Amino acid sequence: MPTNRNNNHFLHLDKPLLLSLVLLSSLGLVVLYSASSQNFDLIMRQIMRILAGFVIMLGLAQINVQKIIRWVPWLYLIGIVLLVLVLIIGESSKGSQRWINLGLFRFQPSELMKLALPLMVAWYIAHKPVPPSYGRLFLALIIIVIPVFLVAKEPDLGTSLLIASSGLFVLLLSGMSWRLISGFFITSISCLPVLWYFMHDYQRRRVLTLLNPETDPLGAGYHIIQSKIAIGSGGFYGKGWLNGTQSQLQFLPERTTDFVFAVYSEEFGLLGILVLLCIYFFVLTRGMYIAMRAQDTFARLLAGSLILTFFVYIFVNIGMVIGLLPVVGLPLPLISYGGTSIVTLMAGFGLIMAVHTHRRLLEH
Amino acid sequence: MSSTRLLLKDTVLENKIFGNRILVAWLMILVLLFVIIVRLFFLQVIYHERYTTLSKSNHIKILPLRPTRGLIYDRNAVLLAENRISYSLEVTPEKIKNIDELLNNLSQIIAIDETDIAHFKKQLRQVRSFKTIPLRHRLTEDEVGRFAAHRNSFPSVEVKQNQSRYYPLGKTGVHIIGYVGRINEKELERIDKSDYMGSDYIGKTGLENFYEKELHGKTGFQQVEKNVQGRVIRTLESIPFVPGKDIYLNIDIVFQKYVEELVAKHSAAVVAIDPKTGGVLALVSMPYYDPNLFVRGIDVKTYHSLRDSPARPLINRAIRGQYPPGSTIKAFVGLAGLEYGIRSTRSRTWCRGWYSLKGQKHRYRDWKKTGHGSMNLHTALEQSCDVYFYSLAYDLGIDRLHTFMKRFGFGEKTGIDISGEMSGLMPSREWKQSRRGKRWFPGETIITGIGQGFMLATPLQLAVATATLSNRGVFKQPRVVFAMDDGRQNEMTVVKPTVKTTIVLKYNTYWDAAIGGMKAVVHGRRGTAKKVGRNSPYRFAGKTGTAQVITIKQSESYNASKLAKKYHDHALFVAFAPLNNPRIALSVIVENGGGGSKTAAPIAKKAMDFYLLRKSRLRLAKKKVTTPP
Repeated sequence: MPTNRNNNHFLHLDKPLLLSLVLLSSLGLVVLYSASSQNFDLIMRQIMRILAGFVIMLGLAQINVQKIIRWVPWLYLIGIVLLVLVLIIGESSKGSQRWINLGLFRFQPSELMKLALPLMVAWYIAHKPVPPSYGRLFLALIIIVIPVFLVAKEPDLGTSLLIASSGLFVLLLSGMSWRLISGFFITSISCLPVLWYFMHDYQRRRVLTLLNPETDPLGAGYHIIQSKIAIGSGGFYGKGWLNGTQSQLQFLPERTTDFVFAVYSEEFGLLGILVLLCIYFFVLTRGMYIAMRAQDTFARLLAGSLILTFFVYIFVNIGMVIGLLPVVGLPLPLISYGGTSIVTLMAGFGLIMAVHTHRRLLEH
Repeated sequence: MSSTRLLLKDTVLENKIFGNRILVAWLMILVLLFVIIVRLFFLQVIYHERYTTLSKSNHIKILPLRPTRGLIYDRNAVLLAENRISYSLEVTPEKIKNIDELLNNLSQIIAIDETDIAHFKKQLRQVRSFKTIPLRHRLTEDEVGRFAAHRNSFPSVEVKQNQSRYYPLGKTGVHIIGYVGRINEKELERIDKSDYMGSDYIGKTGLENFYEKELHGKTGFQQVEKNVQGRVIRTLESIPFVPGKDIYLNIDIVFQKYVEELVAKHSAAVVAIDPKTGGVLALVSMPYYDPNLFVRGIDVKTYHSLRDSPARPLINRAIRGQYPPGSTIKAFVGLAGLEYGIRSTRSRTWCRGWYSLKGQKHRYRDWKKTGHGSMNLHTALEQSCDVYFYSLAYDLGIDRLHTFMKRFGFGEKTGIDISGEMSGLMPSREWKQSRRGKRWFPGETIITGIGQGFMLATPLQLAVATATLSNRGVFKQPRVVFAMDDGRQNEMTVVKPTVKTTIVLKYNTYWDAAIGGMKAVVHGRRGTAKKVGRNSPYRFAGKTGTAQVITIKQSESYNASKLAKKYHDHALFVAFAPLNNPRIALSVIVENGGGGSKTAAPIAKKAMDFYLLRKSRLRLAKKKVTTPP
């Protein structure tokens, strides 16, 4: 690849994005150290993952998006095949079947789909001028529904929600008319009572517990009650690093994974949260800026969708921990302990960077 | 390559759309982040104090509040199932130091057996450590006292007050009420665990099982703060429990007990229904057992002796016993003949003591060897002539017979509100082909006409069909529960009688013919049960039946004295009274009781006498009664 004089980087990188991601994951390690009760092994494992994530991100950032575009449908198809396979021969753990064993390592096809779906929908929409016609919107919806259904069947509702939103964001950004969007929205909401009518009693009960966990204080509601105590007792300044009693005394469940935000809030207070949210907001704004500046439809749809999906992560996780949203198992991006999602997230940012740093090459 | 096509697009428009969308998304993100911050401001600044207190003494525990189980009353508000206070020994797992030592020391004071320990250890693995686990139920007062004396040596153990179910009338009505017992593993999978957090018991059979949801109520929860010793300091929040509903039955327990005593010496079942409402007045299955045994946790020996007793006391014969209905169904078969135009009320059949198909040697015998002579529907019912019905059934054919009998509920569950009902069997061509893999033979139709062969019915089905007949086709769903009371308002909700179907015949006079025949059974000169109808202060209708337990060979005749008791015929009787304004319809079956007229009919008559002739005992239910809109 010829070096580009207009680009100031030796590597194709977006410095502001890179720096803020490094900042976020370092902050994450600090919180995890406390949340895991100073467990060094856990920190080391997380560091290895983050490093792997950064390597993949930097690797992907070097790719010219225009060159990979023709591989997109194949990637999507492979993703679908793997999702079907996982339902047939997948390995289950904790009651759901998400993993596929490739001999050397285990792997979650739904993670692949987190990237493959926005790529595919963006590829499909970018074929014709935007805004897309009704027919193309309909086909795009089918492209979205298939993997979402397969992932939901594993069952992994959190991930299928993410995948669905990554696909829908592409459509939203592509200029789908507001009337259609609101129509869609209203239709789905008005379908809910119909669905409710057809549900069994026990299913209704589950939905109710999901919507209002505090009616089930010994199950899901236990998490929320403990988490609210942790956050509320943190106050404005927080109790200080390693001083959160809720988390240190292990009242808080899932401290290192889904509920890590509660630990952070307890120890760093509202002040710390504002700092964290600012970093997130910076990442989001930068990502959207990159999407705006992208020079072809495919690239901007992709970048836009990826960055908005990143926000869904943040909002759903925090919303759950502070008791605004039902308990859906999604990690807090770049902070929560946990394997594959970090790598996928970083790969997403790699794609966003690729969109940005290669844009001038198009002009040749 | 797509880049050439890309250049052809309207880039200006596209930029505008995209920029617009990104801006909207960005603003949306701002709004949602603001929502998060506002919420956190509330939690961390405004309610900070409250949460600090909670976290400082974080011994916030959540305790289930067990709902009180609904009581069961009969129609006159006589208490049938109540909750009594009992004491249990409970252990808090997080305070145990050494389990084996603890159990060892405890067993010096209080009797603890192997099953208690096994049950306890199983729960120990499943339950959160701060929740207490019962070790022994139903401590005697003596044991409570002994434990109190040694209390200080067992910091992890406490005596808890519980409510446990008690059936004050013991055996009476057990097959209706059923019983509760400890929740077992199968049930644990089925129930909503958080709703049974505080409950150890669940309805196992009868009404206790059928109305489990209503009787159980809804568990409440209490968020409490505990000190280091685990004593509750204060209650922070609580969701009160919703008590179970009390239920009132259509059963008149005095009548029930009277009927139970009537059949006490037999293996028998009696079902009595109010034809007007479908309300079940009495439902007796004999022998019976004491439900209180099961609440306490029955010991294996007693259980096996009940289970293996040849009289099968655990089986609810009234709804689960499936018997050949015998001649009790003749009125319905007669109606089928009229309805399909096979016979008129005046059609006559000659009875010479047996019936056979043309060209076949096999003789279908009448119970009266010498024959009844010329018979019409009325006299055939009165004298229970088999030949009339053999010939009628043959002319009808199994298909029409099957269709018609189904309308009266034969071969189908009645839908009574007691768990475990069986459906009986109304055979058909299809049934035989699919279940037995054989085609239907005409001879099988013939014996179906007198309720023998494959046909089976439960005593409940016979009573329901008789009630429907007495109602001239209005088929009321049988109901045990009369009303429910959720204790909230000063009134209770009546369970409306529901009409399952209304059977409409071509002519209403057909009903008169069938009922008239049944009236002649008890009031006619040659009626098979004329003895019970004699001098009756009210007029009624009935039909005797005798169901063969074993097949008698062509060359032999039935001789009770030669057969072991268990091969004796079952005696059946169905009846309703008074004739013109029926208030009670019932079926009686006495296993191996011999003939219907001899054994079953007198029982039915005594039961009807008791119900109809005694002075009205009905007290008003204690609350005002309303019907749901």
